[in-house]
Amino acid sequence: MITLQDIHKHYGAVRANDGISMEIAEGSIHGILGENGAGKSTLMKVLAGFVRKTSGTIRLDGRAADYKGPGKATQLGIGMLYQDPLDFPSLSVLENFMMGRSRGVSSNKGSHRHQLEDLAGSFGFRLDPDTPVRKLTVGERQQLEIVRLMALGVDVLILDEPTTGISSHQRQVLLTALRKLASRKKTILFVSHKLDDVEAVCNRVTVLRQGRVTGEMDKPLETSRLLGWMFGSTPESHPRSEVEPGDNILTMKEVSSPGGRTGLIDCTVTVRQGEVVGLAGLEGSGQDVFLRLAAGLIKPEKGMIRVDKDVMTGRDHHAFRECGATFLPAARLEEGLIPGLTITEHFALQAGRGVLVPWEQSRESAAEGIDRFRVVGTPPSPVESLSGGNQQRLLLALMPRDPILLLLEHPTRGLDVESAQWVWQQLIGYTATGSSIVFSSAELEEILQVASRILVFYNGVVVKDTQTRDTNLAEIGKAIAGKV
Amino acid sequence: MVRRTVGAYVLMLLGVLCLTTLIVLAAGAPPFAAFYHLFEGSLGSWTKFAQVLTRWIPLTLCSCGLVLSFRIGLWNIGVEGQVVAGAISATAILRMSAEAGFPGISLVLVFLGGMLGGGVWAIIAGLLKTKGGVNEIFGGLGLNFVAQGITLWLIFGPWRRPGVASMSGTEIFPSSLWLPTIASLRLSPIGLVLTVVALIAVAWILTRTRLGLAFKGIGNSPKAAYIHGLKPGRYMLYAMGMAGACAGLAGTFQVTGVYHRLIPSISSNYGYLALLVVMLANYNVSWIPVIALFFVCLSVGSIQLPMMLQLDSSLSGIVQGALVLGILFLHAWRKRTQERNS
Repeated sequence: MITLQDIHKHYGAVRANDGISMEIAEGSIHGILGENGAGKSTLMKVLAGFVRKTSGTIRLDGRAADYKGPGKATQLGIGMLYQDPLDFPSLSVLENFMMGRSRGVSSNKGSHRHQLEDLAGSFGFRLDPDTPVRKLTVGERQQLEIVRLMALGVDVLILDEPTTGISSHQRQVLLTALRKLASRKKTILFVSHKLDDVEAVCNRVTVLRQGRVTGEMDKPLETSRLLGWMFGSTPESHPRSEVEPGDNILTMKEVSSPGGRTGLIDCTVTVRQGEVVGLAGLEGSGQDVFLRLAAGLIKPEKGMIRVDKDVMTGRDHHAFRECGATFLPAARLEEGLIPGLTITEHFALQAGRGVLVPWEQSRESAAEGIDRFRVVGTPPSPVESLSGGNQQRLLLALMPRDPILLLLEHPTRGLDVESAQWVWQQLIGYTATGSSIVFSSAELEEILQVASRILVFYNGVVVKDTQTRDTNLAEIGKAIAGKV
Repeated sequence: MVRRTVGAYVLMLLGVLCLTTLIVLAAGAPPFAAFYHLFEGSLGSWTKFAQVLTRWIPLTLCSCGLVLSFRIGLWNIGVEGQVVAGAISATAILRMSAEAGFPGISLVLVFLGGMLGGGVWAIIAGLLKTKGGVNEIFGGLGLNFVAQGITLWLIFGPWRRPGVASMSGTEIFPSSLWLPTIASLRLSPIGLVLTVVALIAVAWILTRTRLGLAFKGIGNSPKAAYIHGLKPGRYMLYAMGMAGACAGLAGTFQVTGVYHRLIPSISSNYGYLALLVVMLANYNVSWIPVIALFFVCLSVGSIQLPMMLQLDSSLSGIVQGALVLGILFLHAWRKRTQERNS
C-alpha cells in the first residue's frame, strides 16, 4: 500500500505538484489521469526517485520512506517505465536485461538468459535475447523494460503514457500483461490522458489538474465526470479575430513522417490566409512534427506539402523560409536563440545583405524590438542572460514584420497571463493583413480563446478539425482523451 | 570579481614559474641563470631579435587563420599540413619561374600560389567534415601525414638535388628569388608587413563583416544558426579555406624568406604551436601578436641553454605547454564557478 501525503514539487514559482494526497492499494491498477501540465509525470518522477520532492511524505506500507535517486527507489521495489525507454540501443536484449545486475567477474549469461526467456514467456512477450535493442520497436523496448524491472524485484510499477507510439496489438499485449501483474499482487500506476486505456484496465482513477487532485473514482468509470475533472469548466470565450479566410497558404496531403514518439500519420490539412489554427492534444501527439514539416525542418516520408502555390515536399528549411514560412521553436536556447550573441547581433543576422554588418541599424532595430515587445534587456545584453519569459519575447520580436505563415511552438511559454494576452493581440494583428498562424500550446484554454480553428492530435493522427465557434471545451477534451 | 580573476591568473603564472624552476633544479642548473639566458638569448641583440621576428612571422600568420576556424567551432589540427601545402605550392611556382626568370612578378604569384595551396588543403579537410561527417581533427591529422609524405617524395624524387638526393632539401633557389631582407639582419620587411596586414584583416573580418558574425553564430550554435537562415556547412568551408590560406602564407614565407628551398620540416611545427597561441589568447586577435612573440622568445632563447648551462632547449616547450594547460584549467574553473553561481 502506498500513501502520498501532501506532496509538493515546486520549480521556482511553478507548482507542478501542489499538495497531492492519495492512496494506492496493493495489487491494484491505479490510473492517474490529466491533461498537459496536470503534474502527473512530475508526481510519478517523485515517486520513482527521479526527482526530489519539495515537501510531503511518501509511506510504503505505513512506514515513511525517504529516498534519493532511482537506484534507491528500485531497492525499495519501485520502478518506472519512462515515456522514452532508457535503454542501450547498441547492446543486445540480453545485455540490457542484465545491466546493473551481474555481480563479480563472470557475467553468468546462461542463467540470465533462462530468466529472461521465462519471464518474457509468462507475459506473452516475444523477445529475442540476441537482437540489438535499436532494432526493436517502442512496444518491444517497453516489454524488455517491464521484464527487467520484474527481475529486479520491483513490486510497484509506474508506467508513464505507455500506450503512446505502440501498435494496437502491442497495446493489447501490454494491457493483458498488466492484468497478470496485478493478479500477482504487483501494484501498477498507470499514467495516461487516454480514457479508453484507463477504462479498459484500471480499478481506480485519480484525476489531476494543474498540480492538484480534482477527483477520484472507482470502477465502473463515468466518462463525463472524468472529463469534467480533467478539463475543468468552460472558460469565458473572448472575442477573437473573425477574419474571413482567404486563399490556401499551407496544404498537406496524406503526409506521414516519423518523429517524436508518435510521428505524424496520414495528415491532410489545408490552412488558409488569415486563419489562426491551434494544435491541441497531449504534447508529443504529433503537433511538433506537423509544425516542423510545415517549416521544412523535417522531410516527409510520404505525401505532399505545398506552401502557397509552390510544391515544397523534400526541400530544406531555408527554401521554406524564402516562401514565407517562419518557424518559432520551443527550445529557446538550443534552437531559437544563439547563446553568446547579444540582442543586437541577433538583429544584425537578419539585417539585409552586403559584406559589412550594419551595426548602427542593427542596434536601432534591437532597441525598437525591445521596446515593442517589452523585453527586459538592452541591445548589448547576451541572450542567455535574459529570463525565459524575456527570451520568448525576444523570439517574437525577431520575427519578420510581414509574415506570411507563422509556425509557433508554444509561443507564450514562460509568459504570465497578461503578457501572453498582449502577445496574442500583436500576433492576431498580423492576421488582419493576411498572415496565417499555426501554433501548438500545452494550454487548452489558450487555444480555445485565441484560435479560430482547432486541430486535435491523438497518437499522431488528426482526429478532429473544427472551427472554434462550432465546438466547446467538453468536445475538444473528449477528442484529446481519445473519445471522438 | 575582476580582482579575483586577475589574482587567479597571477597565481597560475606563478605556478608555471614554480614548475619550470623545479625542472631546472632537477636538471642541476641554476634557475635564475636559466631564465636570464632564455630572454638574453632572444632579446640580447638586434641580430637575435631579428631571428625572433623571423620566427614570429609564420607563427602569427598561422594564428590569424586559426582564429577564424576556431571561431566557427572547428578544431583545425590540419593547420600543419596546410603550411606544408602552401610551401609545396610556393616551391613549385618558384621552380617554374627559376627557369622563366621574372623575379618581381613571380614573388607575388608565389605568395598567391601559397595561399591557394594552403586554402585548398584546408578545404579538403572541410569537405571531409561537411560532406563526409569526418571529424576535422582526424581529417586534418590524416592530411598532415599526407602532406608530409608528399614533401618527402618531392625532395627525394622529382625535385631532388642533382647528384645526391639529400635530407637537407631541394636545391637552393637563385638569390633573385629570395625575399628581400634588411642586409645584416636577414629579416624580411615584406614578411612583417604581411603579418600586420593579416592581423588587421582578421580582426576586421571578425568584428565588422557578416562573415565574422556568421562564424560566431554558427560556432556557438549550428542548430539555431540554421534556423536563422545560415548554412553551417558553407561557412565552415569558408573558414577552413581562409585558415588554410593564412597557413599557406606562412609556408610560403618559410620557403622564400627563411630556407630558400623546400626541406622536410618546412613547417617547423608552427602550425601546432599556433594552436597553443590561439588557445592562450582566448581566441582574441589583439593578444595573438603578444603571445606569439613571447612563445618565439622562449624558443629562440632556449637555443642558448645547451651551450651555456648544459640544459636541453626543449625547456621552452615545457613552459609553453604548462602555460596553455594552466590557462585551459583556469577557463574551465571560471566557467564552472559561473554556472554554479547562476
